[in-house]
Amino acid sequence: MQKIGVFVCWCGSNIAATVDVEAVAEAMKKEPGVVFSANYQYMCSAAGQKMIQDAIHEHGLTGIVVCSCSPRMHEATFRKTAEAAGLNPYMVEIANIREQCSWIHKDKDMGTAKAIVLAKAAVAKLRNDTPLQAGTSAVTKRCLVIGGGIAGIQTALDVADAGYEVDIVEQRPTIGGRMAQLDKTFPTLDCAACILTPKMVEASQNEKINIISYANVEKVSGFVGNFKATIRKKARYVDETKCTGCSLCTTKCPSRKGKDEFNMNLNTRGAIYIPFAQAIPNVAVIDPEQCIKLKTGKCGLCEKVCSAGAINYKQQDEVIEREYGAIVVATGFRPMDVSALNEFAYLDSPDVVTSLEFERLMNAAGPTKGTLLRPSDGKHPKTIVFIQCVGSRCEENNRRGKPYCSKICCMYTAKHAMLVREKYPDTDVHVFYIDVRTPGKNFDEFYRRAAEQYGVDYIKGMVGKVAPENGKLMVQGSDLIENKQVKIAADMVVLATAIEPDPTARAIGTMLTASMDTNDFFTEAHPKLRPVESPTAGVFLSGVAQGPKDIPETVAQAGAAAAKVIGLLAKDHLVTNPCVAQTNELMCNGCSQCEKVCPYGAITYIDKEVRGPGVREVRRIAQVNPAVCQGCGACTVTCPSGAMDLKGFSNQQIMAEVDAICR
Amino acid sequence: MQEIAKRIQNRALELLADGTVSRVLGWEKGETQADWTPALFESAEEMKDFVYGEYAGANLSKYCLKLKRLEGRTLVVLKPCDTLSFHQLTKEHRLDREKFYIIGAGCKGMKDEAGTLLKCNACKGKEFVVYDEIIDDEESRKPSAVMDRMDGVSDLEKMTAQQRYDFWRGELSRCIRCNACRNVCPACTCEKCVFDNPASGAASKAPVTDFEENMFHIIRAYHVAGRCTDCGECSRVCPQHIPLHLLNRKFIKDMNELYGDYQAGEGDDERTPMTSYTKEDAEPGIVKERGNA
Repeated sequence: MQKIGVFVCWCGSNIAATVDVEAVAEAMKKEPGVVFSANYQYMCSAAGQKMIQDAIHEHGLTGIVVCSCSPRMHEATFRKTAEAAGLNPYMVEIANIREQCSWIHKDKDMGTAKAIVLAKAAVAKLRNDTPLQAGTSAVTKRCLVIGGGIAGIQTALDVADAGYEVDIVEQRPTIGGRMAQLDKTFPTLDCAACILTPKMVEASQNEKINIISYANVEKVSGFVGNFKATIRKKARYVDETKCTGCSLCTTKCPSRKGKDEFNMNLNTRGAIYIPFAQAIPNVAVIDPEQCIKLKTGKCGLCEKVCSAGAINYKQQDEVIEREYGAIVVATGFRPMDVSALNEFAYLDSPDVVTSLEFERLMNAAGPTKGTLLRPSDGKHPKTIVFIQCVGSRCEENNRRGKPYCSKICCMYTAKHAMLVREKYPDTDVHVFYIDVRTPGKNFDEFYRRAAEQYGVDYIKGMVGKVAPENGKLMVQGSDLIENKQVKIAADMVVLATAIEPDPTARAIGTMLTASMDTNDFFTEAHPKLRPVESPTAGVFLSGVAQGPKDIPETVAQAGAAAAKVIGLLAKDHLVTNPCVAQTNELMCNGCSQCEKVCPYGAITYIDKEVRGPGVREVRRIAQVNPAVCQGCGACTVTCPSGAMDLKGFSNQQIMAEVDAICR
Repeated sequence: MQEIAKRIQNRALELLADGTVSRVLGWEKGETQADWTPALFESAEEMKDFVYGEYAGANLSKYCLKLKRLEGRTLVVLKPCDTLSFHQLTKEHRLDREKFYIIGAGCKGMKDEAGTLLKCNACKGKEFVVYDEIIDDEESRKPSAVMDRMDGVSDLEKMTAQQRYDFWRGELSRCIRCNACRNVCPACTCEKCVFDNPASGAASKAPVTDFEENMFHIIRAYHVAGRCTDCGECSRVCPQHIPLHLLNRKFIKDMNELYGDYQAGEGDDERTPMTSYTKEDAEPGIVKERGNA
């Protein structure tokens, strides 16, 4: 018979205001098995924990129920408390009477009644608890970083600096990501390439960092400390070990129709190309969609001019399988497709551009060599209208845009406006905005400089229509402060386009069983207290993959993610969760249904002699790998005969809880 | 049909004689004219009682489970719909295909005392999904369905929730828990059924209400969902004439509508509607939407 202690927490007034904690503690005294019941202001405090430990010693408790906040908050705390007092830590049950009770009820009688029922359920479960022993698993001391933008690079550098091997897998032919495409950075106006490319070089020269570019992660299995990833490195048709990056081939290639993705498709490039001058690896790549040789078998000009003999039209995709202890998601973002927002005439006029296109038009390495020329006729635009919040801050369920604020647009628009006014003082610059959001170090000062010193015309209001008319763009908007309609004949319109997660993020999230929000941003383990960890153990978040961020925030988060990775890789062993599935071999049919639903690949089958009352035969039996099982319980509900059960959450325990609630 | 029966019998005798098979699973005559019962024949001598014809309604797939550990191969005679059950069992690793020699027997629809079997009125087709050889004739390859398989389900769906509840309470009130439906079902193959397992909490438990007893059939329908081939044996053997097949067909209809057409026992695809997840799957909210409809 269990000797159970019940501890009811007030959580200050969080619980006590809506639940009569005294009454709950009193009611529990009548439950079978309960030998001690008390309440206290803060159970999680040192005094509260001591109260639990004293009771364990004094009453010889075999298990405890803590009626408090969600187990996500303090289950670990109370398990440690119990363990320190000599109890098995899995003989602790939490009744969540805060999030699932006091916080959602107003009526104290109702709240109290419900808290009593929840506590009864926890006691009923505890009566069926058995001590569980956690095992250990070794940690593979290597980190996988998915995405080679500034976030991935920074995380990789920091992890490598601590002495661990890091692989960066980048889907594009070069690392550098979005930051490489930027011209200047706010609020200091230093050149993006000047601060990014040294980091790219540092990453490529670091012995501990292995850059796998032009590659995708295809499959991930395993668990924290023991992931196994399958990486497909796409054929470049150029031998990376031979190519010197001389770029002679790129100038000779007769195919000139490929869109230059690095320049946001504003110009064309050869079928063989190097994305940009400082690309890393500085190796050419052949676009098989454009290459005449690959498509028709004729040409081969690049092969002829390559003195290094690096061209290999027969190159195949390479599949790499490697083990990792930790995985960092740094998949970044892309600008949203604004072509559906007809009012801005993005598809109707080449002079309506997105902000990232504008970055390329301003950049010395861009299609116009840094001279601001409008795409339609190559003339200097004299009037430019910037429109903010294009696709951002839309109503929920509005398919035309995103509900969130993209966060960086106010600042880069101020930057664009300022740069234009500085380089071309004869240009009129207007900015339509809903609000200007500048919460960052030196951000508001920067924006005010744009408006006050650089003479940028900020108009509070949204644009209703952009209409191309006789070589001009007629911009109709409202000025909410002057309370009037505004009509501006512009030469160029720049849309501060919303950013969205990279389209590969969703598939990677599914692969890693890392949860995502409805916008496909990765979810943190805790929004405040664990912001760089995914709820999936061993998976960490870096950069915009987790939510919109500017460069300093991205770099800070990348470093924080690295710290978490280092903390994990520094361990030789991890304690495994003992709450895993196990097979009752006498009941298992070997039907494979559990194997099919297991998201972790933890179940395999063996032929095994089964012995029981009246049974002695070889059967096909399911086996659970306890190191791989995450205790999700999918197998237990799928098994038709009930042969699968979850330790710590057995069918019997759950039915006991249900019975206690329904009784 | 007599000609097909003769051919099967002769072929079985040949296979017994040359040692290809060690025994034959078929039918013999029972106590009444319309009662043919599954039987095992282990010699040429015994084979003289072998029958096949319009009363051979029983699906022999499940009987194979009892024979799977015997020495040598067993010849089993399967009708087109029976092969679905057999193949489903091999897909679930419950039967080893190599241990059986399957004669696919042509079928023109089966009968009992009351006439054509329910399952045959809604015949699923004449294709054999597994076989070693087929013995049939022109006539037995023709389609013979006279009704849509889902007619009965559609009628139930037209009822209000209360009417449907009353219908099932009425039907299931006749259940005597003889377990014939479970014992005959080729999808009910657990080594230990939850209803026989004291640890499950469902066995040897005094029912609190008679509704609990009705739950047996609902739980059983859930357990076979996605694996039931709709062979109709449950309704055929029910001594109380409860239309149990309607429960299974409702599941099949819903699964087909929500996850795309699927016939258990067909194909070698290991993915099944209930154990696989795709991004196109219906969201759980669909239950509420359809419930309100």
